[in-house]
Amino acid sequence: MKTTEQLRETWRRDQVFDFVQPAPAFDSVVDTTHGPILYVENISVSFDGFKALNNLDLYIDDGELRCIIGPNGAGKTTMMDVITGKTKPDSGSIWFGQRIDLLKRSEHEIARGGIGRKFQKPTVFEALSVFENLELATASRKNVWYTLNHDLSGEQRDRIDEVLRQIGLTEHYHQEAGALSHGQKQWLEIGMLLVQNPRVLLVDEPVAGMTGEEVEKTAELLTSLAGRHSVIVVEHDMAFVRSIARKVTVLHQGSVLAEGSMDQVQNNPRVIEVYLGE
Amino acid sequence: MLIQRLILSDRGGMVVLGLVALMAIVVPVLNLAVPTDSPFYVSNFTVGLLGKFLCFALLALSVDLIWGYAGILSLGHGAFFTLGGYGMGMYLMRQIGDRGVYGHPELMDFMVVLNWETLPWYWQGFDMFWFAMLMVLLVPGLLALVFGWLAFRSRVTGVYFAIITQALTYALMLAFFRNEMGFGGNNGLNDFKDILGFELSANSTRAGLMIASAIALILGYLACRYIVTSRMGRVIVAIRDAESRTRFSGYQVESYKLWLFVFSAMLAAVAGALYVPQVGIINPGEFSPLNSIEMVVWVATGGRGTLFGALVGAFSVNYAKTFFTTFSPETWLFILGGLFVLVTLFMPKGLVGLAGRLLRKGDKK
Repeated sequence: MKTTEQLRETWRRDQVFDFVQPAPAFDSVVDTTHGPILYVENISVSFDGFKALNNLDLYIDDGELRCIIGPNGAGKTTMMDVITGKTKPDSGSIWFGQRIDLLKRSEHEIARGGIGRKFQKPTVFEALSVFENLELATASRKNVWYTLNHDLSGEQRDRIDEVLRQIGLTEHYHQEAGALSHGQKQWLEIGMLLVQNPRVLLVDEPVAGMTGEEVEKTAELLTSLAGRHSVIVVEHDMAFVRSIARKVTVLHQGSVLAEGSMDQVQNNPRVIEVYLGE
Repeated sequence: MLIQRLILSDRGGMVVLGLVALMAIVVPVLNLAVPTDSPFYVSNFTVGLLGKFLCFALLALSVDLIWGYAGILSLGHGAFFTLGGYGMGMYLMRQIGDRGVYGHPELMDFMVVLNWETLPWYWQGFDMFWFAMLMVLLVPGLLALVFGWLAFRSRVTGVYFAIITQALTYALMLAFFRNEMGFGGNNGLNDFKDILGFELSANSTRAGLMIASAIALILGYLACRYIVTSRMGRVIVAIRDAESRTRFSGYQVESYKLWLFVFSAMLAAVAGALYVPQVGIINPGEFSPLNSIEMVVWVATGGRGTLFGALVGAFSVNYAKTFFTTFSPETWLFILGGLFVLVTLFMPKGLVGLAGRLLRKGDKK
């Protein structure tokens, strides 16, 4: 019965089906004609009965800088895990542009396809030099045989130089990444995202453990990235969020509690109750 | 360009490879051309011993590549080494022909004893050298491919991976001990006569095998250098240090681990194939888990994460083993265990790291 229904469904002529179109490839242009680049819809994840995400809906516009705040355990990191393919949700869907279903892709495909992620704890390749860190992250063919036999092209090197300037580590490019300061590691990791040429950057607590001056520099860097990339920042530091945010989403118990400008959110009575009013 | 990358930028490697090459030239000459009563004469025993050490060095190299660079601790590399050895052993057995004890033109002696009538299918083709060598590479490579695919796909890492590799080599040992397997049971394969028409007992053949081992070691070393100095090599180090970061940088971590593991297994198999004609026997005892652990001790002692460190470790530990098992055999295992503990605690970078520290200190003065 079900098959015949499905068959009939495919004969309807008022509708275009995905399979008639050429397969959506990650390397083609992401279709953002309707505005958002990332559609997170109805996502639920539970770990041993604990609902980390509960029917989460989130839309990120192309080129937007979005801050996500929320108390501990609100599901911020789980949300990043789901978008980057590390955790598979129990239900819901995530679309990258109009046509790419992220839930069907593995972590490395998502990363190659244009979604970069920075971890909470700065994670760089400590035994390699700053340049080599960026070299590895650079967008390029990343299969075994290719990396065995090919070095980077001149253009890719130029791009690395550009990013080195952007993150302020040009003088350190020869240095072992393990020897960098905490803040420099954070920037290097952001730089590693940038050379991937991502459309969407997921940045988890970029200013944790930074000095005031470093925080300022990071804020500048992130705001300069918006426009060319969509940037999603998860952060605890409210002063920092205020300094960069245009639009803020508040998560609470795995779903969206409020969304809007910083002022709107701060005056929202429910937000005050669960988060700001502590 | 390539020479710069593979050799000149690797000073320690240049020294060690230079010594290996020197040894491969000088030792056979001193063995074959110098009269036995001359003080410069090198005995047949020494030639055989050095040949064996060269094979062990190649084996250590394969362990270092996977452990030192990718951080994957395999305690089952003896399995690949021994399988390679069996491949060569099967060729050597087929060369015996009707010169066996029972004089059967086709069957091995142990098959005659078991009352087998025909040669099992998997012994076919091993009378041809090229086919045997192909199998030496393919069988261990395929085993590593399947085993690694299953393990890495399920994201088995660290201690768990070490344990299942240990189980792999143990399972193979039990299987090869069985007579029905058709590999000679616990006697294994032995009583070889000749290789490619050269008599194995001849001094010149032994010297030739030693030279072949040295060449294999040098080529294997350069191949490993090629890998670790390529972009792939840096990806591998990245996987070792921050696996999830590598994955989120767009690399399919599993396939990197898998192909490196396969390459390493094949390198170990080549070492095994060169080892067998020099010692004249291969039996399931080589699969024993202890052997695989010893290999890891060689690498740890020499200095993991530097390719030449593996060679230094293989030579020094095996020399010590020869020395101690000759003078006080009971103590060797205690010494080996103690060595591993000491190295882990006090010399995390092994002998090579220690030498490097001393050299730097000397420079400062």
